[in-house]
Amino acid sequence: MPLDSTLQGKRDFKVVGTRPLRPDGIDKVTGRAKFGADATAPGMLVGRILRSPHAHARIKKIDTSKAEKLPGVKAIVTREDLPDHTDGDALLYDVLYNIMAREKALYEGHAVAAVAAVDTRTAREALKLIKVDYEVLPHVTDVDEAMKPGAPILHSTIFTDGLEPKPKKPSNVVRRYEFGHGDVEAGFKKADIIVERTFKTEATHQGYIEPHACLANVGPDGQGELWVCTQGHFMVRDTCARLLGMDISKLRVTASEIGGGFGGKTTVFIEPVALALSRKANRPVKVVMSREEVFKASGPTASTSIDVKIGVTKDGRITAADATLRYQGGAFAGSPVEFGAMSAFACYDLENARTIGYDVVTNRPKQAAYRAPGAPMAAFAVESVIEELARKVGMEPIDFRMKNAAREGTRSSYGPTYGPIGLLATLEKAKQHPHFKAPLSPNQGRGMACGFWFNFGGQTCVSLNVNSDGTVALSVGTPDIGGSRASMCLMAAEELGIPYDKVRAIVADTSALGYNDVTDGSRTTFATGMATILAARDAIKKLTARAAQIWGISAEAVTWEKGYAKPAGSNAGNFPPMSIAEIAAQAGATGGPIAGHHEYSADGAGVSFATHICDAEVDPETGATKIVRYTVLQDAGKAVHPSYVEGQFQGGAVQGIGWALNEEYIYGKDGRLQNAGFLDYRIPVCSDLPMIDTVILEIPNPGHPYGVRGVGETSIVPPLAAIANAVSAAAGVRLTSLPMSPPRILAALDRKAAAE
Amino acid sequence: MSAIHVTTKINGDVVDYVCEADETLLDVLRNRLGLTGAKEGCSTGDCGACSVTIDGRLTCSCLVLGAEADGREIGTIEGMAKGDELHPLQRKFLEHAALQCGICTPGILVAAKSLLEHNPKPTETEVRFGLAGNLCRCTGYDKIVRAVMDAAQEMRRA
Ligand code: FES
Ligand code: FES
Repeated sequence: MPLDSTLQGKRDFKVVGTRPLRPDGIDKVTGRAKFGADATAPGMLVGRILRSPHAHARIKKIDTSKAEKLPGVKAIVTREDLPDHTDGDALLYDVLYNIMAREKALYEGHAVAAVAAVDTRTAREALKLIKVDYEVLPHVTDVDEAMKPGAPILHSTIFTDGLEPKPKKPSNVVRRYEFGHGDVEAGFKKADIIVERTFKTEATHQGYIEPHACLANVGPDGQGELWVCTQGHFMVRDTCARLLGMDISKLRVTASEIGGGFGGKTTVFIEPVALALSRKANRPVKVVMSREEVFKASGPTASTSIDVKIGVTKDGRITAADATLRYQGGAFAGSPVEFGAMSAFACYDLENARTIGYDVVTNRPKQAAYRAPGAPMAAFAVESVIEELARKVGMEPIDFRMKNAAREGTRSSYGPTYGPIGLLATLEKAKQHPHFKAPLSPNQGRGMACGFWFNFGGQTCVSLNVNSDGTVALSVGTPDIGGSRASMCLMAAEELGIPYDKVRAIVADTSALGYNDVTDGSRTTFATGMATILAARDAIKKLTARAAQIWGISAEAVTWEKGYAKPAGSNAGNFPPMSIAEIAAQAGATGGPIAGHHEYSADGAGVSFATHICDAEVDPETGATKIVRYTVLQDAGKAVHPSYVEGQFQGGAVQGIGWALNEEYIYGKDGRLQNAGFLDYRIPVCSDLPMIDTVILEIPNPGHPYGVRGVGETSIVPPLAAIANAVSAAAGVRLTSLPMSPPRILAALDRKAAAE
Repeated sequence: MSAIHVTTKINGDVVDYVCEADETLLDVLRNRLGLTGAKEGCSTGDCGACSVTIDGRLTCSCLVLGAEADGREIGTIEGMAKGDELHPLQRKFLEHAALQCGICTPGILVAAKSLLEHNPKPTETEVRFGLAGNLCRCTGYDKIVRAVMDAAQEMRRA
């Protein structure tokens, strides 16, 4: 949809920008809210999945005969029960292969069979009775190893795309990407100082506290229902229907309350399997992942290896920036390296820029999106080099960034030219922030970093019904993962001119609305919000027409103000204003129910920038790091519900702290994950952290009626770098590998001591 | 395996149930009694989403057997509000927007209530250590700490 300039201009908000209580709040603090695992159905069976113990193995035979005979077992599903309906769609075939292994198991935890039984004990027992005959194959889990000639090859069908000439031999490199402009070689010739470094980051998991869970119910007529915790129930419906060879109309999916996603619930894992079990058993089947399964068989993010080279003149102007990024995204194509390569230099105004990305497969679980997928690792590498260059030219890192920052009119390193953006504003605000003046104690260091994220729009459909008492029922199709129903109610109330508590927003099931893209890409408050506003405008048009009809004047002669229809001027007639409730009460006599709706592919999502400042204290004895002070400054365009905007800033920053300091997927030589639990994969706990200070900037996005930008993802982009810069300052040595766990820090301190 | 008969008190009401010898209290609450407020985030005692009190003591219900509840008093999130009157902690969590997805919230509220019963005037550090057994992935804990401190202050005034 092209930008409609009539959309804009509303700056005098009544309810948008306030902080009312969320509509689902009471249910969530009393334990009444129903999440994925909280549903039951009469006659429900328990579904369990058998998973490969091997990182890479050919599956020669699966013998389920003993398990089938176990009393209480009602259905067993293997690859045979999930024939290929993907019709040449390679991406969908990967999904099919990922949810149930086919000729090979490609990672430890890959599903090979599933059982539905009357209870958990029987299901567990049955799994033990399934005999799988494996031929174990050599495996590879490291991205650099997987790219080497002679590495074990996962797929004989992958021939690196994007190379000239096209390779003749299969490899683990799915594709090469390249972005940029100018001439980097010429740029480096103009540089006085060049810094070039290599960085590594480990894979991390989104770490949502709610494991994947669903309840499937397929009847003998082939019609099915699915209750599931997901970021996108329309995606789940379409994907499952296609994988199972069902008509989309035969499957109805309801999104439960969702206990965190962060991108990890934007695809399917157990859902098609649960449906297949239910179809075979003719009974409802509930499948809930254990935490171990979540780690081993859902979709963590990529591990990476990145080279960055940047040149500057003596006076601190960047002349060229070059980066090569290698991301492994698990056993299938689709690591987020493309976004990494696109976003790496997005914060800078560059004459010469180039990024090259390699998408690599390894014997690990197929990655899923994780908050600003691909960008945090790239920012870690680039912002570390930026900090080092600033010191080398003798500038304060913040001044160096301001001098080179992207601004309105800058041609971004990934192509488009920026409109109004808030990067400089966050840097200016950061410079004035008291954080920069806070004293540092011994062993403490300060670091900062900037970050960028695109934000998305996507397919969206909203319907807004005016009830007979003038209250409003708003149906949206994007699951609420962090308070978005409150934001939708605020925007509907704002537009209609009625109180916030007269609007009730629900996440409707797939039978009630047209297709909605997943809640991802920071799109919901932006895209569903804009659809809500436009649906409200549609309803207002109908409300004013009804008022006109009642008054016997033309519809054009009626305006809408603060929840009332009014004659547009004195020659329109002299009628007292008519409230939404009065109009709604007469709906039956004036043409029936009144509703507004809007369906579109949302365009105009504004990019978003953030600056983070971090103080870290490193204990030179133990190598342990403590974050002592942390500040997030980010452009929100317009903060619809500021508390939840702050919450997004804080949550992203803390996930970044975990990624930078503790979290990592640790693989043994056998290709098995060593730390598939919250004890050994340690996410930040309350006592690890300081308060996270936030500053919301509002540089309106011209593509949204209220100026809203997505805010959910950008906050995880700068932390890895900001913390690395703080830790490097505190330790007096540059850290180039994440996580900066105590052993890594001690090793770096030893290297420093040896060099001195 | 033969089932075990248990008589216990949950949120003040006498409750009878039968369970298997190896069934956790969390499974009993969720699957047999329909009390799904306690959540399973890990089943290994690491996330605190399943927090309940047993005889007033904060416990991970995933680490206790259903059979062990015999003769004890269990407190769950479902018993925290008195009728339609929210506990001050529940109210403050809403006011401070101390939840995003809310899956950790029942466990954190039960843990925070227990913390304030033992220490009505905690410092920020005490709150942070008091809640260190409860994971929240969404909020970064900032607003949770604020909500607990604010509720503590209000409860002291009452
Ligand atoms: S489920 Fe009990 S501590 Fe995680
Ligand atoms: S609010 Fe989502 S885990 Fe705490």
